[in-house]
Amino acid sequence: MATSTGDGLADATGVAEHGASAPGMPQLNFDHWGNQIFWLIIALAAIYFILSRVALPRIGAVLAERAGTITNDIAAAEDLKQKAKDAEAAYDKALADARVEANKIVAETRAEIQADLDAATAKADAEIAAKAAEGEKAIAAIKADAITNIETVAKDTAAAIVAGLGFSADDAAVSKAVTSRMKG
Amino acid sequence: MEGDLAHIGAGLAAIGSGAAAIGVGNVAGNFLAGALRNPSAAASQTATLFIGIAFAEALGIFAFLVALLLMFAV
Amino acid sequence: MATETAAADHGAEGGGLVFHPMDQFIVKPLFGEGEVHWYTITNVTLWMALAVLAVFALMVMMTSRRATIPTKGQSIAEMAYGFVYKMVEDVAGKDAVPFFPYVMTLFMFIVFANFLGLLPMSFTTTSHFAVTVVLALAVFLTVTIYGFMKNGAHFLNLFWVSSAPLPLRPILAVIELISYFVRPVSHSIRLAGNVMAGHAVIKVFAGFAAIAIISPVSIVAITAMYGLEVLVAFIQAYVFTILTCVYLKDALHPGH
Repeated sequence: MATSTGDGLADATGVAEHGASAPGMPQLNFDHWGNQIFWLIIALAAIYFILSRVALPRIGAVLAERAGTITNDIAAAEDLKQKAKDAEAAYDKALADARVEANKIVAETRAEIQADLDAATAKADAEIAAKAAEGEKAIAAIKADAITNIETVAKDTAAAIVAGLGFSADDAAVSKAVTSRMKG
Repeated sequence: MEGDLAHIGAGLAAIGSGAAAIGVGNVAGNFLAGALRNPSAAASQTATLFIGIAFAEALGIFAFLVALLLMFAV
Repeated sequence: MATETAAADHGAEGGGLVFHPMDQFIVKPLFGEGEVHWYTITNVTLWMALAVLAVFALMVMMTSRRATIPTKGQSIAEMAYGFVYKMVEDVAGKDAVPFFPYVMTLFMFIVFANFLGLLPMSFTTTSHFAVTVVLALAVFLTVTIYGFMKNGAHFLNLFWVSSAPLPLRPILAVIELISYFVRPVSHSIRLAGNVMAGHAVIKVFAGFAAIAIISPVSIVAITAMYGLEVLVAFIQAYVFTILTCVYLKDALHPGH
């Protein structure tokens, strides 16, 4: 219907130059429907075959594999994170241990040095005390000597003086007088 | 003279395209208003939006088809 | 007739405009002249074959490495897979997954036919009712036959709205029945109509480019329409696919 009316109208209005086989609307030219439907069915069958046999299973497999890989990777990352945390804890512990050890060594060394120092001081003190005692003893001896000497000299001098003055006196009396005088 | 009347009819049928435009605008505008009130629900309703637009637009396309038939097939 | 009117209007300044907005849809034999039989190799054959090749290139050749870390091409193929798979699963339900290759076939064919049709000088197979009617009828028959096979007479619950008051139900049943049988009509005409309208409008704007003063405006308008058509090419494929899923849901779960 479209063909005949369209052609007639086209001829009448003078637009026939674009082909007699082209009625107003090519979509309504039912002579061509068979051709289009035939090729459409072939094209759809080809696409359906390509998609259902090859493309879709392949893409589905790739997507599933990727999802699996991502899950695995996340699990592995979680694992590694845990390991890193453990390692950090171990490091911290080792550091604390080392610090404690070092403190201990420092304290020990300090105590040792202190002990040595104390021993040396005591020894030196003892030596000094000994020396001082010796010195005092020597001084006492010298003092005693000196006193004895002075007594002798005083006795002699007294005897001499007494003799000089024309008195006679025995040595014992002079000595006794000098001694009592010297004692004061 | 017959052709001229067909052209007038085609022009009248083209008014239907404008009516379809109002319909599509209504759908899209209401969707936007709803989406701005509850943006989190908007993404899940885009399919409904397109279906609504498609139904509204189909009637405009029918008007266009009537115009074409009047122009070329009557 | 459109030509004559337009030419008469602009004849004075343009020296005769020529509009052939529908010529791009003419089915021609690819080799030589002559009658178009059902087996003739035509421009329909050529552009459908290119669509098949494009599907093959994207879905098979791009994924041939099966890489865990995908290349750009493989990402696009996976995106298409995920897009349609999610649509089938979300809209039609989990038990519609066996229909996924079927829905994917429709989507890939329409999307590539639409985009190939946007190439200059190309032939848009999806602008023909012959093509879209077959696609829509295939969906309609699948849904109807599968619905009866799976649910038996229970499938008729689709038309008997049990949630409505009893006196209204027969009226609603008639409305539902009509809307059910209008589905393949609107399903097919929506796709072909959208694609055809866009291409015809571009051609009309191209016809105006013959007038020197208007041609810049015309070229800007063609560019804008082309952008819109790129959008429409995808959206119509999406809408066709999602409506297929909606109808499949009716076949699987006929209860309202």
